[in-house]
Amino acid sequence: MRGWLSVFLVGGSIAYRGLFNWIRPAMYIPTMLGSPLFQLIFFTKLGQYAHAETRDFYIVGNSVQVCAMSSVYGMTMAIANERWFGTLGPLLASPANRAAVFLGRGVPVLANGLLVSAFTFAAGVALLGFRPGLGSVPALAAIVVVTVTSCTCFGMLLGSIGLRAKDFFFAANLAYFLMLLFCGVNIPLAVLPGWMSAIGRCLPLTHGIAAAREVAAGASLGHVAGLIGTEAGIAIAYAAAGFLLFRILERESRRSAVLDAY
Amino acid sequence: MSALRIIRTGFLTNLKMLGTSSFFLLTSIVQPVIFATVAFYMFRSGGRSGTLLYAALGAGMMGVWSTTLFGSGGMIQWQRWQGTLELGVGAPPSMALIYLPFSLANAFTGMYALAATLIWGRLVFGVPLHLVHPWLFALALPATVISLGLMGLVLASTFVLYRYANALSNLLEYPVWIASGLVFSTSLLPVWTRPISYLLPPYWGILALRHAALGGEVWRPLALVTLLGLASAAVSVVAFRWFEHAARARATLSLT
Repeated sequence: MRGWLSVFLVGGSIAYRGLFNWIRPAMYIPTMLGSPLFQLIFFTKLGQYAHAETRDFYIVGNSVQVCAMSSVYGMTMAIANERWFGTLGPLLASPANRAAVFLGRGVPVLANGLLVSAFTFAAGVALLGFRPGLGSVPALAAIVVVTVTSCTCFGMLLGSIGLRAKDFFFAANLAYFLMLLFCGVNIPLAVLPGWMSAIGRCLPLTHGIAAAREVAAGASLGHVAGLIGTEAGIAIAYAAAGFLLFRILERESRRSAVLDAY
Repeated sequence: MSALRIIRTGFLTNLKMLGTSSFFLLTSIVQPVIFATVAFYMFRSGGRSGTLLYAALGAGMMGVWSTTLFGSGGMIQWQRWQGTLELGVGAPPSMALIYLPFSLANAFTGMYALAATLIWGRLVFGVPLHLVHPWLFALALPATVISLGLMGLVLASTFVLYRYANALSNLLEYPVWIASGLVFSTSLLPVWTRPISYLLPPYWGILALRHAALGGEVWRPLALVTLLGLASAAVSVVAFRWFEHAARARATLSLT
C-alpha cells in the first residue's frame, strides 16, 4: 500500500514536473492565467453585445470551463508526453502498479485546474462585477472540485489516446474548443439542436456548470445534488474508460512493438 | 529582383509546410467554424439574427488573426527547434526580408478561415452572402490579410529574443480579438482601450470588410489598415535588426 501511495503521489508529482510543458512561470502565466482571463472577458462582452444571457451566465460558464486548460492539456501532456520524450518504454517496463501510475498523474492536474478556475472567478469578481452571495462560495467551490475532477478524468482518456495517436495535441485542442460549443458554457443547452445537447450531456462540465449557475443565483447545494451526482458519475465513467484504454493500448503497443514509434 | 524571388519562394515553401500541418488546419478552419457556431447561436438566442453575416465575418477574421499569430510565433520557434534559425540569420538578405514571405503565407492561410466561416454560415445557418460593395470587399480582403501578415512580422521579430514565443502567442489571441472588435462593438470596452484598438490593423480591417459587406464607408478604414500595415513593415525591419543583434550578442539565438 505504501508503494502504491508513493507511486501515486510522488510519481504523479514528478511526472507532472517533467512532462507538463507549461510549468515555467514564463509559460504558465500567459497560458494558464492570461488566456483564461481574456477568454472570460471575450465571451462576457460577446454575450452582452448579443443580448443573449445575463453577465453571470458567461462568468460562471467560462470560469468553470477554463479548468479544461489544465485538465485537457495538462493530462494529455502528463500521459502522452512519455512517448514524445522517449520515456514510455522504461515506465511500462517497471513493475509499478498501473492504476497508481495513471491516477497519480491526475492529482497535480486537478490542483492546477482548481487554481485556474479560482483565478478566473476572482477576475470575474474584480473586473466584471460578479457578486455571488458569500454563503454560496463554499457550495460553488465544492461544485468546481467535482467538475474539475470530471474534466481531469476526461483528460485521462484523451491522454491515453495519445499513447498511440500520432497527433494527440490536435485531439486535445479540438476537445477544448468543442467543449465551448457543446457544454453549455456560452449557449444554453435548450438553444442547441437536440443531438448537440445530447452530446453535451455526456461530456464533463455540462452538469457542473449548470449546478454552479444555480448556486451562484442563490440555490442551495442540496437543490443541485442531482446535477453534482451526474457530474461525479461522468467523472467515474471517463476515469474507468481512460484506464481501460491505457491498459489496452499498453498491451497492444507491446504486442505490435510500436511502444515509442510514431 | 532577388527580393521578389525570396518572397515568392519563401511564400510558396511556407504555404506548403502549413498545408501539411494539422495544427494550422485546426486554427484556420476548425477553430473559426466552432467560434462562428458559438457566435451564431449567441446572436440567434439574443434575437440578433440580422447580424449573422457580421458574426461570420468576425469569426473568420478571428481565424485570420489566430493563424497569423501562431504562425508568427511558431515560425521562429520551429526554426530554432529545427536548427535553421542561424542559417536565416547568417544569410546575406535582411532577416525581415527572409521572414516576410513566411508571415504573409501565415496570413494567407488565415484566409481559409474567412472562407470556412462564410461557407459554414451559409450552409448551416442560412446566412445571406449578399455583399453591398463586392468590389470593395475584394479590395479590402487582401489589404487586411497583408496588413495582418506584416503585423505578424513585428511579433515574429520580438520572438527572436523571447524564448517562450508560443506562450506569448497563447496570450495574445483573445486580447486582439477583443480590442479589434471582431465580433462585438468596441464601445462595450472601457474608453482607455480605444487608442489600443486604433493602433491595431485588424480593427480597421474588420471595419473595412464589414462596411464593404453590410454597407458603410469603406475607404477610410481601408486606407488606415493599409497605412498601419506599412508602418508594421517599417517597424519590423528595425525590430528584426535590433533583436537579431541583441540575440547574437547574448548568444541566445538558438536556445530553446
